[in-house]
This record gives sequence, structure tokens and C-alpha cells, in this order.
Amino acid sequence: MDTTPQNNTPQTTAPQTTAPAEPQRSAHYHHSTDLPTQLPPRGPDMRPLWPPKVDILMTVLFAVAVFTMPIWLQPFGAAYPDLMQRFAIFGIFAIGFNILFGLTGYLSFGHAAFLGVGSYAAVWSFKLLSLNIVPAILLSIGIAGLFALAIGYVSLRRSGIYFAILTLAFAQMCYNLAYSVLTPITNGETGLRVLRDDPRVLDALVTGTSEVAVPRASFFGIEMSGMTGFWTCAVCLLIAFYIALRITRSPFGMMLRGIKSNQTRMNYIGFNTRPYTLVAFVVSGMYAGLAGALLAVVDPLAGAERMQWTASGEVVLMTILGGAGTLLGPFLGAVLIKYFENIFSALSDSTLFQAFSFLPDTAREVVVTIVSPFVGEGWHLTLGVLFMLVVIFLPGGLTEGFRRIARALRGGSGKKESSQ
Amino acid sequence: MDAILLQVLNGLDKGGAYALIALGLTLTFGTLGVVNFAHGALFMLGAFCTVALQSLLTMSTRVRDESITFFEAYKEVPYLVTWFGDTGAGIIDWVVPISVLVTIPVMLLIGVIFERGLIRFFYKRPHAEQILVTFGLAVVLQELIKLWFGANPIPVSAPEVVRGSADISDILGIGGNLSYPWWRLIYLASSMLIIGVVFAFLNLTTYGMVVRAGMADRETVQFLGINIERRFTVVFGIAAVVAGLAGALYTPILTPNYHIGMEFLVLSFVVVVVGGMGSLPGAVAAGFLLGILQSFASLNEVKSILPGIDQIIIYLVAVVVLLARPRGLLGRKGVMET
Repeated sequence: MDTTPQNNTPQTTAPQTTAPAEPQRSAHYHHSTDLPTQLPPRGPDMRPLWPPKVDILMTVLFAVAVFTMPIWLQPFGAAYPDLMQRFAIFGIFAIGFNILFGLTGYLSFGHAAFLGVGSYAAVWSFKLLSLNIVPAILLSIGIAGLFALAIGYVSLRRSGIYFAILTLAFAQMCYNLAYSVLTPITNGETGLRVLRDDPRVLDALVTGTSEVAVPRASFFGIEMSGMTGFWTCAVCLLIAFYIALRITRSPFGMMLRGIKSNQTRMNYIGFNTRPYTLVAFVVSGMYAGLAGALLAVVDPLAGAERMQWTASGEVVLMTILGGAGTLLGPFLGAVLIKYFENIFSALSDSTLFQAFSFLPDTAREVVVTIVSPFVGEGWHLTLGVLFMLVVIFLPGGLTEGFRRIARALRGGSGKKESSQ
Repeated sequence: MDAILLQVLNGLDKGGAYALIALGLTLTFGTLGVVNFAHGALFMLGAFCTVALQSLLTMSTRVRDESITFFEAYKEVPYLVTWFGDTGAGIIDWVVPISVLVTIPVMLLIGVIFERGLIRFFYKRPHAEQILVTFGLAVVLQELIKLWFGANPIPVSAPEVVRGSADISDILGIGGNLSYPWWRLIYLASSMLIIGVVFAFLNLTTYGMVVRAGMADRETVQFLGINIERRFTVVFGIAAVVAGLAGALYTPILTPNYHIGMEFLVLSFVVVVVGGMGSLPGAVAAGFLLGILQSFASLNEVKSILPGIDQIIIYLVAVVVLLARPRGLLGRKGVMET
């Protein structure tokens, strides 16, 4: 308002007067190490066109790490497409959840609902529109976003505990509905699957027939099986990561962090925080929708069990295990959880007996008796114990743990220097 | 008229369970300021107290079945029957009422152990972490029960005497033909009794008065030289007992399985939100109210108009209440606002 006359003033005086007059604009420059000291004259165009070098470096490193997963996961025995797909998909889920929980500070216990909705939308797109993944993904993101808008509009009227309870209740409601009334849409307990002779309108337009031998999702002719599925997920993960990065660095992200640290003060300053929280909620719901769509892409099947509260709890655990509020933490958490889930679920008593064969017989019996409840079917027990341990001892997650170790090392060496 | 009365009764016994769990939730919330996501697990543990007692009482030995003479036949006879004859059989028949005696001390102990062993370290930590740690605890308890008792539901039946139905219209002296299972009536009565006892404890005893004072202003009570923490521990134990009793007595109505707790927890949270967080009468009233609403929504006449309404009615009511009265029906300003 009072900046408009200043924009008309001579260019030399403009920077000095505008800068103190609009303190919130400094939010654009919180990574301003490489900014010129002489500010450009006009206000709105002052943002750098390119993201700062650190962010580009981080994205490139992340991309390299993700795309070389088939190589560096080899020694861990995890370099097969099915598992790596899950890493990428749940990485997307956790990164999106982190936008709400880590940045904005709203703990949602119902995010699995959006994942399930995304899956159903994608499978329906495969059934009715086309086996191409592009319309499926777009449709899933859109529908999950609409769901998030509706649920978020109501849930965000309260914060804190109320919010967690409300989201949990809505997710449970979606789960119940998917199993009961909505069976025409969700196919109930059997799960929704793509059939050979579904009326795929777009495919029928292009190829003349909608019937296929094996219904499998494809990307303009490239079938989603094995590694192609993983590459698709990896590309989506990279895009999702980059968007999350930009959101974190943007003034909007600053606003979200402001809401997390003190929402009351934000309100007193004069911001209406509700639209911001709603957008954060919808964006993270869309991320969950994308993850759900990808689950359907790699395996064209959707079931209601994806919406259960344990699934919502799992994504919370991924985020806090990696480190809520950090960029890489949620992905790290997702990879770790899915990796150990894979290992632990595959173990059985007989494999345990082999693993502990170096022990004497009685000791082996004892060890196997203690360990066996935690493996195989008992993976959820391990998950619950892990959940408690992380929250009790390391609420900042692994990222915080690494930071502490680094600080301890640095602090230790610093002490030595001072003593000398 | 009969149908309406029947639905009200149906709703009341389900509402009784909701009210008992919501009461415990509100108690822990008001005293300790902790949101206990493991409260549903306490309900489930209570139910499995009964199951455990039943499997303990029916420990059996194989004996020759004398009634079959064509071939060697064996049957399982519980030790209690072998030792005490008909008295033993009677004890087994009355397992659910007897389990109340077991549930109370067991749940009190479990509650105190939880509070002292885990939850007390979380008073000063953010609500999100309290939610997460109790959520983890709920998962662990649920999985342990699954490990011990298996994933299948285990049926428990009410005593023979009250297994039938009561003729309500006869008792109330109204016309018509209305019968209702005895055990559900007993459940309703006992849930009212438990609620009454808890309210009497809080409102009529000195101990309860101090607890209420602590809920209102913890620091002042501490300045007066009262160890309020110990009383809050006891209150947590009481909340655990209330949830446990709700579960133990509910076993003949709903066959207990290991995930029964979470289903009830989610609904009870909605009940607390609707009733108004921190308000004990609100929790009880909303529990019965939502139970009745749910039973009316599951009438076939209603379902034919709005299919699936029975599954979501509670959540819809919660949405409407939150949009119209964000603090819940009986919530007060300033109570647990964050």
C-alpha cells in the first residue's frame, strides 16, 4: 500500500526505504548468503530465479542416491524392484506427511485414508479410462486432494489433540465405509482389481478395443513391471522431493514453520493461519494420493486394509524415526521401516534356528523363544516397540541422533584443543 | 412404540461402554493432562481378564466318556467339575461376574504400572509425543494379546440364569410384546452403577475433592502440601479399572478379539470430543446419546433411506457438533484448548 509511491521514487533511494518497511519480505532471503549486497530496485522481482546452490546440490545428491539404489542396495540384499518400489512409494508418503506434521506441527492420524483413496481412484482410472498411468496418477492426486480438503476443513477447526483424534476418526470412517456400504466402489474385502474386459474409454478410442491379455499399467506403451515400475516411482519420488524442498524454502514454508512454533502469535501478528494449514493438509493429502496411485501402478489392486489406522501410525513412525521437520529424514525413515519389515516378516522359527546355530542347544532354544514373537507375523509387535523406543529416547529421530553424535565428536575434539 | 423403546435400550448398552471408556479418558486427561491412546487397549485387557479367567477355570482333563459304550470315547472335564461337582460347574457358569473381582485389582495394578513406569515421564513433553508413545503402547499390548490368545475371537457366555431375554413390557407394565436380553440390561445397570460410583468418589469424598481441586489448579494444591501426583496415579488406576470393567462385562455381548480396543477407542474419542474435552458429565451424556443415535441409525427403515448411515452417524454428529459448538456439548472455555 505505502510501497507503491516508493516504487516511483528514484532508484537509488528505493532499496533503503523498502527494506525496513516490509519486514516479512526478508523471509525470501533466509538463505541469502550468495545474494548481492546491492538490492535490485523493484520489489516483487527481487527473488533469485534459481534456487540456492545448496538446494540444487541436495537435489542432485538425492537423485543420484535414489537412481543408484539398484547398485548400492545390492550388498543389503534389497536391490530388487518390489522392495525398492516400496521404498520410493512410502518415501513419497512420508515426505508428504512431513509437510503437515514436521513443518506445520499438526499430527494427523488418518493419512492412510488418502493413500487408500488414491489407490482406489487409480484402479478405477485403469478400469474406466485407460491403462496409462498418467491419467491414473492425476486422478488420484485430484481425488485425494478433494478428500483432504473436505476432511481438513472440518478437522482443522481444532488443533493439537483434537486434530489428531478427528483425523483418526475420519480415517476410521473411510475404512468402515470401504468395507460396508461402498462395496460397489471398493469391492469390499476382496479388493478392487483391474479386469481384462473393463470399458477403458480412452484405450478404446486409441486402439479400437479395450480388451487386453494381461491388464497391467503402462506409460505410453512401456509396461510397469519389474524395474520400469521402480524407475517410475523413483522419478515421482524425485519430483515429490523437489516440490517438498521448494515448499520448505518458500515464504509459505516459513509461514508453516511459524504456525508450528507459535500459532497464537501468528494470529496476533495478523495472519489468518487457517488457509495455510488447510493448504498444507491438502498438499500432504495429495502426496498420500500419489503414493496410493503408485501402489496401484506397480500392482493394479486396491484394498481397504491400506486405510487402517496401523497404516496411518506407520507413516507417523517413518517420519519421526527419520526426523520430523527435516527434508531427508522421512525418506530415510520410510526406507528403514520397509527394509526391516521385509527382513523381519520373512524370518521364521526355522530360519532363526539356522541363524543362531553357532550357540549351544539350550541357549539357542532360549534365544529363539525370545526372538520369535518379534519376527514373521509378529512384525507389528516389533514396530510398536520401536515406536515407543524412538519416542521415548530419540524424539528428534535419526537425523537428530546423527547431529548429536557429530556435536559430541566436535565437542570432544574442541575440549582437547582447549585443554592443550 | 415398542421398536423405539427397543432401539433406546440397544443404544443404552452400547452407549454404556462408550460412556465408561470416555469417562476414563476424560479423567486421565483432566488429571494428568495426557491423551491416552492406549485407553482402548485397557478396555481390551479387561475383556481378556475374563477370557483368561475362563480358560483358567475350564482347565480340563481327559476322562473316559461312560455314556458311550460302543467304543472308547473320551471327553474333556474341567478340574473344577471333577473336584467340586455341581458347585464347580456353577463357578464356571458364573465366570463373567466372578471376573469382575479379578479385573478390578489386575487393572488397578496395570494402570499404576503404566502411570509410574511410562506416562509420568511424558507430562512435560509435547502432546504429540504423548499421543505417539501411548499409541505405540497400544500396538504393543494388542500384539502381545494376539500372541498369547491368538487372532480368533474367543466366545464367553453370560451365566445360564440371565442368558435368556427379559420381558420388558411385563416389567414396565406396558402393553405389547417386548423382550430384551437380560445380560444387556445387567450391563446397562452396572455401567450406570460404575459411573455413579466414580462420580460419588469424586464429588462426595475428601480424596475426590482434592483430586478435583488438583484438576482445577494443580500448583495451588501442591503448595498446600498435598502430594497430588500420588492421587493422580490413583486416578489413572481408577480410569484403567473403569475401562477394564467395561471390557470384562462386555464379553458376553461382543466376542472379544485382540483389536476390539482400537475400535472402541476411536469411537470413545469422538464421544469425548462431542461431549466436550475435560467435562465428565459431557463424556457420559455424549456416550449414551451417541449410542442411542447409532442404534436408531441401524434400524432397517433408516438404512433403506440412507444406506450406510449406521457406520458413519457418530462421525457425522461429531462434525456437526464441532462446526456448531467447537468446544463440544458441555465443554468450557479454556479447558484443554491447545
